[in-house]
Amino acid sequence: MKKAGFGLLIFVTLAALGAPWLAPNAPDRSFPDRLYAPPGGYAYEQRLVNRLERQFEDDVSQPVSLQWFTDGRLVTVPEADGGPLLLLGADAFGRDTFSRLLYGARASLALALVATVIALLLGALIGGAAGFAGGLVDEVLSRFTDFVLVLPAIYVALALRAVMPLVLPPATVFALLTLIFALVGWPIVARGMRAIIASEREREYVAAGLALGATRWRLLSRHLLPAATGYLAVQATLLLPAFILAEATLSYVGLGFPDSVPTWGTMLQDAANMSLVAEAPWMLAPAAAIFLVVLGVNLVVQRDPDVHTSLF
Amino acid sequence: MLNFVARRIAFAVLLVVVVSSASLRLARLAPGDVTAQLGPFASATEIAGTRARFDLDRSPLGQWGVWLSRAVRFEFGDSFLYNRPVRGLVVSAAGNTAVLAVAALVAATVVGIPLGVISGSRRGLLAGAIRGVSLVFLSIPPLLTSLFLVFLAAVTRWFPAGGMTSVNASSLDWPAWLLDVATHLPLPALALALPIAATFERLQAQSMSETLRQPFALAAVARGLSPRDVILRHAWRVSVRPICGIYGLAIGALLSGSFVVEFVTAWPGLGRLMYEALRARDVYLVAGCAAMGGLFLAAGSVIGDLLLAAADPRVRKAA
Repeated sequence: MKKAGFGLLIFVTLAALGAPWLAPNAPDRSFPDRLYAPPGGYAYEQRLVNRLERQFEDDVSQPVSLQWFTDGRLVTVPEADGGPLLLLGADAFGRDTFSRLLYGARASLALALVATVIALLLGALIGGAAGFAGGLVDEVLSRFTDFVLVLPAIYVALALRAVMPLVLPPATVFALLTLIFALVGWPIVARGMRAIIASEREREYVAAGLALGATRWRLLSRHLLPAATGYLAVQATLLLPAFILAEATLSYVGLGFPDSVPTWGTMLQDAANMSLVAEAPWMLAPAAAIFLVVLGVNLVVQRDPDVHTSLF
Repeated sequence: MLNFVARRIAFAVLLVVVVSSASLRLARLAPGDVTAQLGPFASATEIAGTRARFDLDRSPLGQWGVWLSRAVRFEFGDSFLYNRPVRGLVVSAAGNTAVLAVAALVAATVVGIPLGVISGSRRGLLAGAIRGVSLVFLSIPPLLTSLFLVFLAAVTRWFPAGGMTSVNASSLDWPAWLLDVATHLPLPALALALPIAATFERLQAQSMSETLRQPFALAAVARGLSPRDVILRHAWRVSVRPICGIYGLAIGALLSGSFVVEFVTAWPGLGRLMYEALRARDVYLVAGCAAMGGLFLAAGSVIGDLLLAAADPRVRKAA
């Protein structure tokens, strides 16, 4: 089970890293004759029959030949030779869903990863400081983190994002969302961190270290923080999918990335028109991608069942 | 006990005041204000009048003071977006969210707990199947379940794909109206309930298998009780304690989840109202929604504590 989970996560990561090479088409390239086109173009050329009713058919007189390893891409079909190759169909602007999915993985995963790292650093630092210092600092920090933990995170993120200018360039949105997610995420890390450091501090080896003349900073960074690495790893696996989902939610409601940037969230926003999606289910592909990532994480952190000790 | 109750009430008041005040301040910080909704042709006097009506001409601190002095009398100002008092809007939206949340919580409990008892106390195919299914649903957060269910509804037409009532709902008499709402409720409630049911199942299963390994369970079996009696009458009471603790937290998850579900399924609840208010810079509506959300959270944690006390005599004594 664990192996399957790791396999899934590695698969998605590789797909994201290899996006420019794996994607058959440029993610922002719009094919005017392929609006809401179904998956196709790998055997025969697709032909638009009726634009209004979004009807397409395969032109069996025009078999296409897939072009492997050309143009710096794994496989593609140029328009002149019966392309484009639409493995997962096209969206409302005739853009290739599969290519956008791969590029979207980059934005979504990168954002979640950076936010996770910052949240872990902040949480470990603040929680560690609170646990190590004790006293008033500890009291104030603990009360504060307890309070933040009660709030539903998505509302905090929503409110923080909504009070910023609504239209921003993509790079700014990336930085802003990273910051917001880290701000929402660190108290979760800090609370457990505080508890671990506070209990480790009482152990004999710390007293021994102090007696040997180790500075407080050395004790904290070299001896106490390593004790919490396992905990931090678990927190990372919890924060990462939460942040992927938060990006998807914010972009879905129109407060994340602008539509021009392919992320899993903006792609889902395109799928928000359900009467159309009923005819174009491939628009839900990013939902499947998010599911795979969350499932992968859940499989990795799953405790293996110990039923063999069960009574019945 | 009195001390405990007083502390909880103080916490609830603090939560509501801090959350609503903070969101009022936050909404004031946002670039642009409600006057942007007047359109480009509004005159200077109209803009000034609107700003005065929503106390935007005062300093943030002054506005907060005015708002707070009204709020203690349960007057939360007017909403610009709806041109109505905030109180009525927030109360009806909160009612809709509560209906959705309670339906989801009940569904999750009724499905999750019994399945957890089964998969936590048995081996074999059935337990494995339950485990696998709940692992899958654990990985489908409300955003995805609601999208998928709405998609399913749009394709199959088994359920209305969105909204809380049909278009003609205002002309219906109340039994028909209730039936109309009841046909709209299952989809969003299910979308919200599935991941929570999976969480309950996993927790109950883990807790059950741990409980059955305790000496008292072995002793009960040794005394000749049937597995059924051991599980249902003795082990379950003990194993359900950690789940009771989760209920307090589940309210937060319900509120978070209900935001996306309300958005995807067009359910007119608190999350949607908050979102609209935030976008329109409707300061008093934002603060009103936040206050109501804070009230929900406080109520959730109190209910969680009460459940815990009901399930665990040690907690009752300590309080």
